[in-house]
Amino acid sequence: MTSSTLQPAITVLPSKKTPIILTAIAVIVFFCFGLMGNSQSAHFALNSAGDAFKLPELVFPGKASNIVIGLLLIAAAVYSWLQRKKSKTLATWIIALAAILFVLAFLIWVVAGADITTISLASLLAGAVVLAVPLVFGSLSGVLCERAGVVNIAIEGQLLGGAFTAALVSSLTKNAFAGLIAAGIAGALVSLILALFSIKYLVNQIIVGVVLNVLVSGITGFLFTTVMQEDPELYNSPAHLPVIEIPLLSAIPVIGPILFKQSVIGYLMYLAVFIVWFGLFKTKWGLRVRAVGEHPKAADTLGIKVNRTRFWNVTLGGIVAGIGGSFFTLVAIDSFTKEISGGRGFIALAAVIFGRWNPIGAFLAALLFGFADNLQVILTIIGTPVPSQFMAMMPYLVTIFAVAGLVGRSRGPAAAGEPYVKE
Amino acid sequence: MKLELRGISKAFGSFYANKNIDLLVDDAQIHCLLGENGAGKSTLMNVLYGLYQPTEGEILLDGNPVEFSGPGDAMAAGIGMVHQHFMLVPVFTVAENIALGSETTKAGGVLDLQVTRKKIREISDRYGFDVDPDAIVEDLPVGVQQRVEIIKALVREAKILILDEPTAVLTPQETDELLEIMRQLKANGTSIVFISHKLREVRAVSDVITVIRRGEVIDSVSPESSTTELANLMVGRSVELNLNKAAATPGEAVLQVKDLTVIDPAGSTTLNAVTFDIHEGEILAVAGVQGNGQTELTEAILGTQAVTAGSVKLAGEELVGKSVKQVLRAGVGFVPEDRSVHGLVTQFSIEENLVLDLYDRAPFGKGISMNLDAIKKNATQQIKDFDVRTDNALNPASSLSGGNQQKVVMARELSRDLKLFIASQPTRGVDVGSIEFLHRRIVAERDKGTPVMIVSTELDEVMELADRIAVLYKGKINGIVPGNTSREVLGLMMAGVTAEEAAEQAEFTKSDNEPVEAVPTSERSENQEGEGQ
Repeated sequence: MTSSTLQPAITVLPSKKTPIILTAIAVIVFFCFGLMGNSQSAHFALNSAGDAFKLPELVFPGKASNIVIGLLLIAAAVYSWLQRKKSKTLATWIIALAAILFVLAFLIWVVAGADITTISLASLLAGAVVLAVPLVFGSLSGVLCERAGVVNIAIEGQLLGGAFTAALVSSLTKNAFAGLIAAGIAGALVSLILALFSIKYLVNQIIVGVVLNVLVSGITGFLFTTVMQEDPELYNSPAHLPVIEIPLLSAIPVIGPILFKQSVIGYLMYLAVFIVWFGLFKTKWGLRVRAVGEHPKAADTLGIKVNRTRFWNVTLGGIVAGIGGSFFTLVAIDSFTKEISGGRGFIALAAVIFGRWNPIGAFLAALLFGFADNLQVILTIIGTPVPSQFMAMMPYLVTIFAVAGLVGRSRGPAAAGEPYVKE
Repeated sequence: MKLELRGISKAFGSFYANKNIDLLVDDAQIHCLLGENGAGKSTLMNVLYGLYQPTEGEILLDGNPVEFSGPGDAMAAGIGMVHQHFMLVPVFTVAENIALGSETTKAGGVLDLQVTRKKIREISDRYGFDVDPDAIVEDLPVGVQQRVEIIKALVREAKILILDEPTAVLTPQETDELLEIMRQLKANGTSIVFISHKLREVRAVSDVITVIRRGEVIDSVSPESSTTELANLMVGRSVELNLNKAAATPGEAVLQVKDLTVIDPAGSTTLNAVTFDIHEGEILAVAGVQGNGQTELTEAILGTQAVTAGSVKLAGEELVGKSVKQVLRAGVGFVPEDRSVHGLVTQFSIEENLVLDLYDRAPFGKGISMNLDAIKKNATQQIKDFDVRTDNALNPASSLSGGNQQKVVMARELSRDLKLFIASQPTRGVDVGSIEFLHRRIVAERDKGTPVMIVSTELDEVMELADRIAVLYKGKINGIVPGNTSREVLGLMMAGVTAEEAAEQAEFTKSDNEPVEAVPTSERSENQEGEGQ
């Protein structure tokens, strides 16, 4: 018998990507932030106005602490190379810890080198949440649509449509809540077009989405110049949603302002994240939605109406994104301006992927992007050695690295983007 | 439950996939629908399951006429179907898949999978299925996935179970287990409609066999009918079932594959240090259950699959790292597993398809122009030689039947001077008449002295053609055995048992209990068409 039974497998080492990234980070921190860093101390304040009790300020000597962090990171990098040699994968907590250490080292380095060497960590985080609100709503819209098998590129258009409609309706009625509801309807209308063309007429979902973004941008831009600017008093001075402080709880340092000092939309955000997560993973509705997004034919053979499910999910996604858009004009900014959403719909799309199509993951990803956004604002104010143009790039750099490098191979719903046609 | 179909017709445009079909399935009966690919079996079952609306005719359950507007209605009426391609969501757990569509919920639509888990365990225990309700479906072997499908139907209290080509993806042992399950279900009062084209299984388990050909019922016969009788009914003429190939006269080992390894982008090893060689004038058949690395192996040799490590030497020349064109020029003939996607440009004419790899060289191409006369002459000759049934060489390849399409691919690949011939699933979805012809051509190529590699998931085909058999299991060669190795041993090897152990175990079971009706070698080749439609 010419049998060549089971030879030993050829061993192939795991990818070099993680060790290389860790080494690069360690080298940057040790040399650039540490040895070449500024020897002033960086101060991080933890309190904001109205806190119930005071926390001490965190003080880091710039050079020394970054040399220590650099050494820790070098140790992590060496460990990762050794693990790779043993064909083992690196524990996730080491990667997470390295990422946090890197962010910390970066903060210490910029703050220690800035004109004002104190920043408020509390307001940095609170501001991050505020900037993340539209991103969170946008990414929830993306999750709702993609989980059902429809790719929603039109998040940007839904946010923008929501922002415009909220401003217009709230100005006309002098009622912010009417604006909020109108924003939801506007988002749903954008979704209806997406659903109609992608589900009924089987047009490529990406193309419909892109076209919708351009369409909404055009319409709102046109109405802004022809209607709103004619009489801003009447058409573009929206009533605002108040910030509601929950007594006592809002006075807790750091987390108080984040969780208990929000506008109605802010509270709605936390609620929506939970509801979408619970709905998708714990209910009958969610099981059916996910089945439709993964294997529509299987769902069909079990008597589930695939296209109807998709239609309603896309509509629901539109409502969510529309409400998110209203945050721009009802809370954040005084009035509507052209392109007020400024590409945040696309960042929300990145948050969907970075968050692995999970509402909670998308929420955390959106927070990260919000953090990068706010950090850039604050660092520009305190006058860092880094040119402000580079700082302005930061949210987008973080997005690219997050989506391309750090997520690993994440797998979206199998049938996302594919129309379902019965034979 | 008693099922009756009366005068069912299903037309797609002017084409009748089913014509005036009458069928009676009794209570607790295993009723087999036997027919070639494209005979209309699956269409009929899709009509019964509510996926298609019949053009004419009616369906009666226990004597009462019923109408199904969708699968939901059919299920509610007690009809369950296990599709050929499983209707399971791969990333869901078993319990989630089974609950889907008929979920038990607590207040507010909150899923209660506990009830489903309990039902799964009950059924699993009753039939000895051994299915874990919390396993993720994509991690389960195909055989277990199929049981999940059966549980899915049983949980919905199916009284009539339709099994559409259920054995196509199973190893012989898994097939035997499935047949046993079918007998148990029958004993519990479930009627089964068993769709198949594999005579061995059909005869082993059916109570009645209804033969369907070109959308019409030809006859209903008893399982005692001989395989030759059944094959003749199925094909509509008498079929020669014996290939009668001469013994091989192997020469030098021309193809030497060493440690060939493929790791896919997701990081899983699809081909693991595969080493074998093929001699001149010999057919090496690669057997294995679908998805064990067959596709990767053939494509790695051709060069359409990136190779992680290892070498492929053809007559001393290294093929790894060469372009596909260089590999073809080195004398490799390649019949891909999916002819309509990778073997033909179906919108191109037959004539053009016959020179897809030769259009740029003499006599077909000269400079920037093609010699249309030479192409026409070549087509006329090949169509005659390979008995391609068409009235015009300018017809698009898509107008041909599966068997004739495969003849075109085979004719093209064999028209060059070959140093190695690789054919993947050479007769999948091909009618019995063409199978015979294609097999003879493959053997003829071997007799010219060419080393031949056949990759097939149909064990019958492997046993018919092979001089030696290499069994692939999870990307590894699980032993290379002589061509006359028994079905039992091969089956065990396909499930991961080594050649030596398999031989011992097969010996043991033979004395212990009777395996499912062995078919003499001379009656085997009718089973060989593939499962794809």
